Amino acid sequence: MNLRELLTEHLPQMPEAISGIVMALLLALIPALLVVAAVVTPVGLLGVYAERRLSGKIQDRSGPNRVGISIGPIKHHLWGLGQSVADGLKLLGKEDFVPPGGEKVLFLIAPLIVFGGSLALFAVLPFGPNLVGADPNVGIFYVLSIGALEVIGVLMAGWASNNKWSLIGAMREVAQVGSYEIPMGIAALCPVLMTGSLRLSEIISRQAAEPVIWGVHIPIPGELFLGWNVFAAFPFNIITFVIFYICCLANLKRAPFDLPECESELVAGFLTEYSGMRWGLFFLGEYAAMFALSGIGATLFLGGWTGPVHYLAVHGFGAAPGGIGDIVGGAIEFTWKTSLLFILMIWVRWTLPRMRLDQVMRLCYKYLVPAAMVCMLATAAAALLG
Amino acid sequence: MGVQIAFWLFAILVAGTALYAAVAPKIVHAAFSLMATFFGVAGIYAILGSDFLAVTQVLVYVGGIMVLIVFGVLLTDRVPEEYKVVAPRRWLPALIAGGLCFAAIAGALKSTVWPISSSTPLGDATSTVEGIGRSLLTDYLIPFEFASILLLVVLVGAARLARGQVR
Repeated sequence: MNLRELLTEHLPQMPEAISGIVMALLLALIPALLVVAAVVTPVGLLGVYAERRLSGKIQDRSGPNRVGISIGPIKHHLWGLGQSVADGLKLLGKEDFVPPGGEKVLFLIAPLIVFGGSLALFAVLPFGPNLVGADPNVGIFYVLSIGALEVIGVLMAGWASNNKWSLIGAMREVAQVGSYEIPMGIAALCPVLMTGSLRLSEIISRQAAEPVIWGVHIPIPGELFLGWNVFAAFPFNIITFVIFYICCLANLKRAPFDLPECESELVAGFLTEYSGMRWGLFFLGEYAAMFALSGIGATLFLGGWTGPVHYLAVHGFGAAPGGIGDIVGGAIEFTWKTSLLFILMIWVRWTLPRMRLDQVMRLCYKYLVPAAMVCMLATAAAALLG
Repeated sequence: MGVQIAFWLFAILVAGTALYAAVAPKIVHAAFSLMATFFGVAGIYAILGSDFLAVTQVLVYVGGIMVLIVFGVLLTDRVPEEYKVVAPRRWLPALIAGGLCFAAIAGALKSTVWPISSSTPLGDATSTVEGIGRSLLTDYLIPFEFASILLLVVLVGAARLARGQVR
């Protein structure tokens, strides 16, 4: 758009081929940097803050809620905001250590690959009407496939560390994430069946239409809860949503599925040899992926950026479609749903104990896969009815 | 212009990483280099408008085959160090054989006339998903089912072998 015009104005002196390359790179890089600066970094910071504070509340750890300022007579806990600053300073101060005998190059690029895999999810995340990087026709399929990058990155980190704990952690990651991709894919198929498209924008717009449950038309606007895919083929897609959410937790290696790290058995799993900002990059990637997968879950099952807040913005305040009110209403709608799922992940992590590896596998293959299959068949029947 | 630049960037990525996968001194490096090759091929598919094929490439090759290759390398850790290093022994016959293969393929590519159909290949102009889905479940249903049965047999057989002798 304007970016292209701006670049064409300022790049005329260069030869055609070079200016073309520079322009292509800038056109690709500037939006990517904007996403990193505007979304991923705040998500990472707020995510760490929320995790620290909530874990403090849930497990009665007093520290993170009290790190504040104490200069002379001024004393305030600052709602634990100091903890994020302290964490950041600590990470910056650590030695950038590469284990001797490890593969140096692979060790250094592994966190970048994991972070890149998380970042790639944001390309298709629909934040609101017209607030989306790309809306490809293979949307949800892309989301499921790009997770492979993270697995490869962790495998690379585990191998390059030249450490048994790291390698075992990486192998667990592959086994766990590879297994949970199956029920996750089947669960994601249910909204696709109801919509008849893999495109995320069409999955969203179908949920804003008049709700049809088992062929019965319900004469209320779909945006008011009932049109959401979680109520499609009632009650089967509620189960599907729970399955999808569990698979997200497993894919993100969050407790109770944090076996690849598992500090009671493996020191820190594939992260054992990492320190400082490289370690921080893994976690920035994890929080970014948590947000992105929460957003995908909200899009697939909870109506995405359509819902009561957006409905109020359009019908209550008369916002024009595509106008600023429409976009802001949609963005608020998306944010509250995504934040809810995000905070639920933190809540689950600090409440449930870690599972054993055989329990993780049994849950996947013996319970989640058959349950997801049944739900998919029921959804297909419901989709046939109308 | 942008498409051409993207094509050349991906082409350089594919050729460079494939070459490094062939000559890398360590097998692990070759394997991870191959991953970049797979990504580059997916990028070229995406440029050519085959969105479904591009995503499938990432899902199958990077998510499946690549993990399998790296796993294979990791699990053969007991192999002595000198076998893990790809030594440039007998490079002359390899060069001759590779060069002949390359010449044959390049000659075939050059002499073949590639007819370009004016109709859109599958589905509408923007995506190939609908067309592929319809073809798989109508015209190519039997081959598709045969492939799935083959995969199922392999899966059951692998589980049986991995389990070992039962009683």
